[in-house]
Amino acid sequence: MIHKEAFSDPARERRIFARRLIFSMFIMLVMGLTLISRYVDLQVNQFQNFATDSDNNRVHVRPAAPTRGVIYDRNGEILADNRPTSNLSIIRERTDDLGQLINKVGSLITLTDNDITRFYSRLKRRKPFEPTPLKFNLTEKEQAILAVNQHILDGTKVSARLTRFYPKRDLFTHVVGYVGRINDRESKIINPINYSGTDSIGKIGIEKFYEESLLGEVGSDHVETNARGRVMRVIDHVSPVAGNDLKLHLDSRLQKVAYEAFSGERGSLVAIEIETGGVLAMVSAPSYDANPFVSGISQKAYGALLNSEDKPMFNRSIRGQYPPGSTIKPLFGLIGLQSQSITTDTKIEDPGYFLMEGIERPWRDHNSERGGHGKGVDLAKAIIESCDVFFYKMGVKIGIDTLATSSEAFGLGKKTNIDLPGERSGIMPSRIWKKNARGASWFDGDTINVSIGQGFMLTTPLQLAVMTASIASRGDLIQPQIVKSINGVENPTIKVTESSKISDKHWNYIHESMRDVVHSNRGTARGINKDLTYNIAGKTGTAQVISINASDEYDRSKISERQWDHALFVAFAPAEDPKIAVALIVENGEHGSSAAAPIARTVIDTYIKSVMSNNDAQNLTATNASYLNSLQGYDAYAEQ
Amino acid sequence: MQNNDFVRRMQSPGGDRKKSESTHIDFPLLILLLALCTLGLMVLYSAGDQNLAYVKRQATFMVLGFIIMFVVAQFEVRYWEKWAFVFYGLGLLLLIAVLFFGVGAKGAQRWLDVGFSRLQPAEFMKVAVPLMLASYLSKRFIPPTLKHISWAMVMIMIPVALIMRQPDLGTALLIFVSGFLTLFLAGLGVRYLIGTFLTGIAAVPVMWNFVLLDYQKQRILTLLSPEKDKLGSGWNIVQSKTAIGSGGLNGKGWTEGTQSQLNFLPESHTDFIIAVLAEEFGLIGVLTLLTLYTLVIARCLFISFNAQSQFGRLLAGSLGLIFFIYVFVNMGMVSGILPVVGAPLPMISYGGTAILTLFIGFGLLMAISTEPNRMRTNL
Repeated sequence: MIHKEAFSDPARERRIFARRLIFSMFIMLVMGLTLISRYVDLQVNQFQNFATDSDNNRVHVRPAAPTRGVIYDRNGEILADNRPTSNLSIIRERTDDLGQLINKVGSLITLTDNDITRFYSRLKRRKPFEPTPLKFNLTEKEQAILAVNQHILDGTKVSARLTRFYPKRDLFTHVVGYVGRINDRESKIINPINYSGTDSIGKIGIEKFYEESLLGEVGSDHVETNARGRVMRVIDHVSPVAGNDLKLHLDSRLQKVAYEAFSGERGSLVAIEIETGGVLAMVSAPSYDANPFVSGISQKAYGALLNSEDKPMFNRSIRGQYPPGSTIKPLFGLIGLQSQSITTDTKIEDPGYFLMEGIERPWRDHNSERGGHGKGVDLAKAIIESCDVFFYKMGVKIGIDTLATSSEAFGLGKKTNIDLPGERSGIMPSRIWKKNARGASWFDGDTINVSIGQGFMLTTPLQLAVMTASIASRGDLIQPQIVKSINGVENPTIKVTESSKISDKHWNYIHESMRDVVHSNRGTARGINKDLTYNIAGKTGTAQVISINASDEYDRSKISERQWDHALFVAFAPAEDPKIAVALIVENGEHGSSAAAPIARTVIDTYIKSVMSNNDAQNLTATNASYLNSLQGYDAYAEQ
Repeated sequence: MQNNDFVRRMQSPGGDRKKSESTHIDFPLLILLLALCTLGLMVLYSAGDQNLAYVKRQATFMVLGFIIMFVVAQFEVRYWEKWAFVFYGLGLLLLIAVLFFGVGAKGAQRWLDVGFSRLQPAEFMKVAVPLMLASYLSKRFIPPTLKHISWAMVMIMIPVALIMRQPDLGTALLIFVSGFLTLFLAGLGVRYLIGTFLTGIAAVPVMWNFVLLDYQKQRILTLLSPEKDKLGSGWNIVQSKTAIGSGGLNGKGWTEGTQSQLNFLPESHTDFIIAVLAEEFGLIGVLTLLTLYTLVIARCLFISFNAQSQFGRLLAGSLGLIFFIYVFVNMGMVSGILPVVGAPLPMISYGGTAILTLFIGFGLLMAISTEPNRMRTNL
């Protein structure tokens, strides 16, 4: 090495350098050509693709949200519509420091912790450059404050949009339902294109059941935007198609009267127009305001609703399953007559209890302490005075098989297929049912319990109303419906079964017995016949909440209020030409006669006064002259 | 524009030969640089949202750069050779200062705040390292021995390590390459070349597991499949490729590029500025720029061929080659064939320190180029 360092050889150095430089030039040539070929590839070969990409970047299709269909009651009163509101949103991509921006907004307008937590949960589900709502329903003052401070709030956006509004607040919540923001589960099953401009979806009730119809079709704006999503110009526009307007069978006046009649009580009422199966009123009390759910109810308020002992969120009308109690008696009496297990002449003696062969324990009558209903109790008396022993005896004679199959023809033990989500089917017990559900054989004792609507038997208030309507129409079973017309097109009446082959004689007998429940001086619902200008046919009922041995007495002082008996009442009117059927239950109301029947009277009164006089008074004129006399006062009302 | 004023102040390129000899200006290089600066300011105007503030600032640095270039060119090459270690040492001190007093953005500490402006000392090292190595190696024998190679490697690795600490992997790599190129031109033995190559390959897993930070790894993964995360780390590269590709042959026209004007293109005035040029001026614009670059590099290599000393040869050659590397790395990363490292496009990207560094380099080249005149004058 040392000897080399001793000599410097400039010529050799130059030679080495020149060789290296030439080699480098060769490498540079290769690299340079690679680079050029890359740019040629991008700009010539792939030009079309990238030109398209660039246009896609620049030109955005903005969904134009359709206006959700408006929901009206039968008289055109608005139950759900859309109101313009201003919302504050943040576009995440347009702000560097999200936390600081939220703090700034919070210093200008009130932001609750709930607003902020909900914002962050929505933020996780957003699409890029999609504005995420932070606060809904800005007041005019808040809008002004935000507008003035817009320059320090880069990334925020105040936008006006239509928000669902329920002017009747808590009156129709269980039926009409409400919309809420689309959640994770829903976002997986909806058609993403049709919901691209919409962030809410029907959650319960009509809003959910008719979601597709109410939603409408999304439109689009083709706009040129910059990378921050700001619209530079609109290139093309396709108008959205508004959702269908729904007109319901429901009548606000009837609903209001019924709902208010329940004030402070828990329970449910369903009123049905017999001819069409249209639901005139459907109350589940207590109820709650639907509006907070639209923009997102606070956890606290939601928790309070959820944990309330009164279960306000529970739709008792279609999901509450109660023993029908004595309200089932007219139907079972009819089945007894039809199956010839009894005749209209059959009479029994009621000592206040019923003894079954081979069973020591007696089944008591509800008035056993007064020594029963005495001698000569026939079916009419058993219905009017609600004699249990008659039905115990008859039930055993009919047998559970006939009871079960015949009851099904009146809609018991199966869903009514009403146009609402979440309906329960109740239970019409049978041998097969007990085998499947309980894994046990059927005993005659079970039949005895069922024969007065207790035991395993469960019905929803809606089923009772449908059954009552079916009895009133002499055997037609009509599917109940909430929606009367969609965009002016009437929903057809759906008959499930035609009139059964029960003889008119038997129908008259049952109708008269039910009328006497209200109108005879021995009837259990005679309390509501005061000043009645038309006839109501009805039946009271009491349903045990806790299982008390039929041999033991019911002593209200020994049990808590929540375990008191439920009070039930079913009715139709006018008795001679039935138009409306009503079924209701007052939870822990104890006696159908005192707690439930008066509510039915109020509702039917209102119907006769207003609803019927509007729609059917003239019909009635032709068909029922005697009825007309008693109605003269109301006709005057109708003509006004 | 301002540099046109500047041109007017200069003697015309075809002027008195005697005068040009005494001013130590390499006119072909000067004309090429003026052309590049003009093109650069034009593209910058469009890329910076047609905001004249960027253009003014950049033009100011360019004027300053031309002045520094002329000043540098006035010194005899041997002075630069002699004092190279001072500049190298000064550069190291600044790099150390950055580690302690530096300010930064996006998690890296790269700038020194000097009041009126921010300096990026790492940029200076792009000239200081070849300068130092050329000075060191030219005094030794060629090809260098193992001992000299080792010392040269130490000189390279100290600034490289300091810059990696910032962290700025891209610049560190470029500085390593610039030093290595000087060594290569000095005749680094073939077995060392092969050794370096193999070491490089062996270093990949080590770097991946111990040296590279998560965001750096992400950039490499993004290169391999930018479409995987179109809105995250892949955004830059997807958008720049779209900008380039949609420019086509003729481009969309000056200030008409939708990708850059509508802000889809990130860093459009700095590292990704070639995408703006490609979008607005098309392949023709890209080839024009490449032609200018090729001529600049060719001139550099011509100067190095004709250099009077081994130092001049090495320095001019290294500066020419590293200039090519800058162009290649930047245009390669923006078009998606190299990972995204922070490498500006020479003379076009917005950035003061980078401009000044380039002009110092061109000043050195001019000094080398006009060395024969100086010798004649001295005679």
